[in-house]
Amino acid sequence: MYEIVEKREEVPNIHRLIIREPNVAKKAKPGQFVILMPDEKGERIPMSIVETKKDTFTIFMLELGITTGKIANMHAGEQLYAVAGPLGRPAEIEYYGTVLLGGGCYGIGAIYPLAKALKAKGNRIVTIIEARSKYLIYLEEKLRAVSDEFYIATSDGSRGTNGHVQTVLDRLIKNGHRFDHAKFIGCTYMMMNCSNITAPYRIPTRVALNTIMLDGSGMCGCCRVSVGGKIKFACVDGPEFDGHQVDWAELMKRKAAYQEAEMISYQTSPHICRALIESYFGESDE
Amino acid sequence: MNEQPPAIRVKNFEEVPFGLTPEQARLEASRCLQCKRPKCVEGCPVQVQIPDFIALIAEGKFVEAACKIKETNVLPAVCGRVCPQETQCEATCILGRRHEPVAIGYLERFCADFERLGGHVELPKKAKPNGKKVAIVGSGPSGLTVAGDLALLGYQVTIFEAFHKGGGVLVYGIPEFRLPKEIVEKEIHYLERLGVEIKYNHVIGKCKTINELLTRDGFDALFIGVGAGLPRFMNIPGENLNGVYSANEYLTRSNLMKAYLFPDYNTPVIKGSKVIVVGGGNVAMDCARTALRLGANKVTLVYRRAREQMPARAEEVHHAEEEGIIFKLLANPVKIIGDEQGNVCRVKCQNYTLGEPDASGRRRPIPIENSFFELEADLVIIAIGNNANPLIPQSTKEIKTNKWGNIITDPIGRTSMKRVYAAGDIVTGAATVISAMGGGRLAAKAIHFDLMGVSDPMITTACQLPKEDE
Repeated sequence: MYEIVEKREEVPNIHRLIIREPNVAKKAKPGQFVILMPDEKGERIPMSIVETKKDTFTIFMLELGITTGKIANMHAGEQLYAVAGPLGRPAEIEYYGTVLLGGGCYGIGAIYPLAKALKAKGNRIVTIIEARSKYLIYLEEKLRAVSDEFYIATSDGSRGTNGHVQTVLDRLIKNGHRFDHAKFIGCTYMMMNCSNITAPYRIPTRVALNTIMLDGSGMCGCCRVSVGGKIKFACVDGPEFDGHQVDWAELMKRKAAYQEAEMISYQTSPHICRALIESYFGESDE
Repeated sequence: MNEQPPAIRVKNFEEVPFGLTPEQARLEASRCLQCKRPKCVEGCPVQVQIPDFIALIAEGKFVEAACKIKETNVLPAVCGRVCPQETQCEATCILGRRHEPVAIGYLERFCADFERLGGHVELPKKAKPNGKKVAIVGSGPSGLTVAGDLALLGYQVTIFEAFHKGGGVLVYGIPEFRLPKEIVEKEIHYLERLGVEIKYNHVIGKCKTINELLTRDGFDALFIGVGAGLPRFMNIPGENLNGVYSANEYLTRSNLMKAYLFPDYNTPVIKGSKVIVVGGGNVAMDCARTALRLGANKVTLVYRRAREQMPARAEEVHHAEEEGIIFKLLANPVKIIGDEQGNVCRVKCQNYTLGEPDASGRRRPIPIENSFFELEADLVIIAIGNNANPLIPQSTKEIKTNKWGNIITDPIGRTSMKRVYAAGDIVTGAATVISAMGGGRLAAKAIHFDLMGVSDPMITTACQLPKEDE
C-alpha cells in the first residue's frame, strides 16, 4: 500500500498529493507518469509526476469523475491501493536555446519539472499558463522561479491576458519572439491549438498526450494514437509526441469513448454521494 | 460431466462445467488401464505422473492424488481447467485408441478442487535455505512455476509483478467463467506460504532494471516470465475507432478490472449489442463468450481459416457454439467503418479459401478477389495474437532477441545474459499455460544447476544459444 503523505486542494478541484513510493521517487525523470488506483474497485489512471523528494513524489490531480473523486476524498495518512511507475519515456530535455512552455489546468503543474530541467540545461525559459479564472492559478511562484519570462492568460480576463496560452503565444511570436523548442501540457484541445500556432513557424513542438490508459506498460493498446500516420502507444512510445504529427481529431474522439459510462459511474457512486452528504451535513455516525 | 445449460450460463460468469462428483471421479479413474509405459505422461508438457494420481483417486485418496500432481505441476486446479488435454495427455491415452480416453483433465480438476475446498492444503517439505536469492519478473504461469520449484529447493524467491494482482494471463486473460480468480488467488497464497515474496506494481525495466536487480539488489539469478504482452492489430483502416479493442484490453477490463461488475467496479467496458470477434484461438473464444455474458444480442466470430484449423481448445469451441456464437469462417475484415462520432458501426470483410500449407503446417488462407460482404457491429475485438512486450529488451541491451522481439534462449532457458533465464510466451510467442509452465520448470532446473551445481538429466552443461538467424 502507498501512503498519501500530504494532501491539499490547491485551487478548486486541483489537488496536490505527496505520495510515498521510493522506486518512483528514485527513478522518475521529467515527463514520466504513474498509474494509480484508489482502491481495489477503482480504475487505473495516469498522473504526471511533478516533483520527487527523498522517498516521495508529488502529483497535481484534477478532480473530474469517479476515480479522481475517490482520491480527492481521501486524507493524508490513508493508503492508495496501487501505484506503479515511473512509466513512459522521459521528456526530451536538451539545450535548445529559447524554450516556450505552455501549461493549462493540471498541465500548470506538469510543466514545472520540464521547466526546471530545461533551465538547468541552460535554456532561456518562456512560460505561459492558462486558467479559466484567476482563482484557478497555482504553482505560480515556483514556475516564475525557473522562468525567464512568465505570462498568465485567463478566459474571463480576471488576470493577465484575456484568452488562452495560444493567445499570448500568437502575440509573442508576432512581436518578434523566436523560439527554438516548445512543449505544451494541458487538455487536448489546448495542446492542439497551440501546436497549430507553432506549426507555420516550424517551431519543434512536443505535447504530453493524456489518453485513456489501462495497464500503462504497453500490453493493451488502449492509449493508441496516430502520430505521423503510424500507431503509437502513449504509455510506452510517449507520452511526449511531436504535436505537429498527432491526429488530433481521432484523439479527441477516442478520449470521449466512455462519456456515458463516466456519467453512470459518477451518479451511482455511493462514495461520492456520501462525500457530498458529509460536506453538507458533517461526518455521519455510520 | 454436468454443465450449466447454454441459455442460463450466457447470463452469468460462473463456471460452465460443474465438476465431477466423488462417485463419478472414482468410476472414471477405474477406467484407467494403469499402463506399464504410460503414453499419457509422454503427452504432458510437465510429465505429471498421471497413472499414479489416477490410481489414488480410484482408491478414494483424493487429497493424496492432488499432492501427487503437485510434485510436477504446481497449478493443478488451473491446468485441469485450461490445458488442451485433447492434444496432450488425452490424445496419447491408450484407451482413446478404441474408446473415449480417460478424462484426465476432469480428474485433475476434481482432486485439486477437492483439496482446495477441503480447506487445508498441505505444504510439501522444503529444503533448508541455501542462501541464494532469485528474482522472477512476472507472476504468470511460468513465473509461478519457477517460484514454486525454487522455493522448495531452498531458494529465497521474490516475484516482481507489474499489475496490482498476480497470475498474469491467468487473471487478466482467462475469464472468470473458465478460471475463477479465487483459484488463482489461492494458488498464489500457497506460494506465499512456501515463503515466496511477491511485489506488486513493480514494472521491471521502469522502476528497476535487470542490471540493478542482479548487482545492487544482490539477486544471484533472474528469471524473465513477462509473457507476450504486446497486442497485435490488423493495420486496416478504422482500427482506431471507438468500440475497437485489442483482445488484451477487452479481457483485462473484464477479467482483471472486473468491468462485468460495472458500476460497482469502476472500470467500464463497451458492451456491444452486435459484436464481431476476429480470430480463432482461445483468446477469441474468451472474448466472444464474454461479450455474450455482457449482454450482446449477436456475437460473430470471423476467422480466416476453416473450423479444423482453429487453434482454440475443443471444449471452448464446443461451448461457444452451444451458447449461440455465430462462426463466420474463411473470412477476414479488410476495413472497419465508423459514424461521425468516431464509433464503429460496420465491418467490411473478404471471403477466403484454403491453399497450400504454410510454415505452421496449416493450409494457407487465400483471399478471394472481389468477394466482400459487410457485417453490422458496435463492438469489434481483434484477437489475432500477441507479440513480445518490448519493455525488458529495451532496458537491457545484453539480452538478445529475435526479429520479432522474443528472447533467445538455449533449450533450457538460459539467455544471452549471464545469470538471466527466460521461458513462456516471451520466448516462444503466444502459446499455452502448460507450455509456459514446462519452460519454467526447465529454467528452474537450469538455475539450480548453474548456481548450486545440482545436475538433472535434462540439463546441458554448456550454453548453446541458437544462431541469430534461426
